Order: sequence, then C-alpha cells, then structure tokens
Amino acid sequence: MEVPYTVEPREDTGLANGKLGIWLFLASEVMLFGALFATYLMLRVGNPDWPVGTTYLNPMWATINTAILITSSVTMVMAWVQLTKRNFSKFRLYMFFTVALGVCFMIVKGIEYSEKFHHGYLPSTNVFLAIYFTLTGLHGLHVLGGMAVNAYLAIFGKKMFEENPQWLTNRVENSGLFWHFVDLVWIFLFPILYLL
Amino acid sequence: MGDHADIDRHVRTYWMVFFALLVLTVATVGAWKLHFLPAGAAVALALAIAITKASLVALIFMHLNKEKKMIYWILAITVVFFFVLLFLPILTAMDVISNS
Repeated sequence: MEVPYTVEPREDTGLANGKLGIWLFLASEVMLFGALFATYLMLRVGNPDWPVGTTYLNPMWATINTAILITSSVTMVMAWVQLTKRNFSKFRLYMFFTVALGVCFMIVKGIEYSEKFHHGYLPSTNVFLAIYFTLTGLHGLHVLGGMAVNAYLAIFGKKMFEENPQWLTNRVENSGLFWHFVDLVWIFLFPILYLL
Repeated sequence: MGDHADIDRHVRTYWMVFFALLVLTVATVGAWKLHFLPAGAAVALALAIAITKASLVALIFMHLNKEKKMIYWILAITVVFFFVLLFLPILTAMDVISNS
C-alpha cells in the first residue's frame, strides 16, 4: 500500500504529511529545550555567586563550533537546492560536507569535554557545570541524530531519487529543518553559557 | 520552488545569510572581548545578536518567510507555551502562599 501525502500536499493542511510531522516534532523540541532554559534561568537568578562562563569554559572552542554549525547549515540548504535541480551527485557532496562538519563539531566538543574532565570539572562539581553538561550534552545528542539521518539520506537516497525524486527532496527538506533547529539552539547556548 | 533563475536567486540569499551569521558571531565575541559595555547592556546586546541570528536561520534557511498558515499556527501556540515556561520561575518566586 502506498503511503499517502508524501509528495502532494493534503487539501486540509496544505502540507505534505512529513512536513507537518517535522514541525510538530520541532514544536515539542522547543518545549524540551525551553524547560531547560527555564531551569537555567531559575538557577542563575537564584544564585548570587553564579560564575562567569569563562571561569570553567573556553569561548574559543564555542566560537569555532558556532562557525562550524553555521557553515553546516548553509551546506545543508545547498544539498536541498541541488535536489530541486535534480542533481543527485552534487546533493550527495553537500550532504557529506554537512555530515563531516557535524563530525568536526563533535570532535571539538569531545576535546572541550576531555579538558573539563582533566581539570576535574564534572556535572556533580557545581550547579553551573551541571546545567552546562545537561544542555550541551542534549544538544550534542541532537547533532548525532541529525548526522545519522543526513548520512542515511546521502548513502541510501539514490534508489529513492530514481523512483521518486520529489519524495527525497521533501525528506531532505525535513531533515534540513531539524538540522537548522539544532543550529538555532546552539546560537543561544553559545552566549548564554560561554560569554555571559 | 520555481525555475532555475528563481533557485539561483535563493542560493545568493543563502550565501548572504551565511556571511551575515559569521559577521554577527564575530560581533558577539568582539563585544564580549572589548568590555565596552556595562554588564546589563552586554547581556542585552549578546541576546539581541543571538535573536537576530536565530531569526535569519528560521526565516531564510527554514523558509519561514513563506510558509503555509498551518505552520504559523503551530509556531504561534509553541511560542506562547515557551514563554509560559520561561516565566514559570518568576511565578515561583512570586508565590505568595509559600512566601508568606
């Protein structure tokens, strides 16, 4: 049985089901990170001795990671553009760039985490580090999830492209929406945790 | 998406947004390093730049500048609940029952 509304939009919503689904999922993600941002706010406002981010963190790593994620956002959208032009090989190239940039992000994060552990800075050390590890750890898991989906579409998308190129284009648009959301969360994490 | 000329116009916009995001990141770090603002103003500036960057990503990369009405409704409801969530700590602090 064929799955309905994967390519053509539904009459009532004006959207293909996948796109509606990813936006509802992103709405739930906003609430997930929103709860943690609210927690951060409460902890920070309630603690007169809240440390400046640089006490424990090195903004250089976060600046590098910001540039990496911004670059990966543009390669992601370019991958989708290539599919709208029905150019699969260029799509795959941009998609691999996006995944590689995700790997770079995780490597930098790994270096940063290992520095913290080396200095004995653990989530149990204090409240600042607890919320830092929670927020960046959850964000890192999202980066890993996005990388897995993007890698899957780049590696196994050829068959779908030959059978139904618009369906693949829609799926890449949806995975792109998730990837940009991950970038968007980092845009706020960077100043809040590292600079303020 | 329309024809190729239309797509190429969008591509130019994507690259312009990319450079704008990089410049705004440099501005965030620069403002923080120079320490030319009092603490409160520095926080406001950093958040204003972050909101500008997030808006660019949402509007251009996530295509929210030209989306269907249903998406805007979902996002409007999400924004309302997001702010409720952010203000819950303040409501907790104002709790007259446990504070009295």
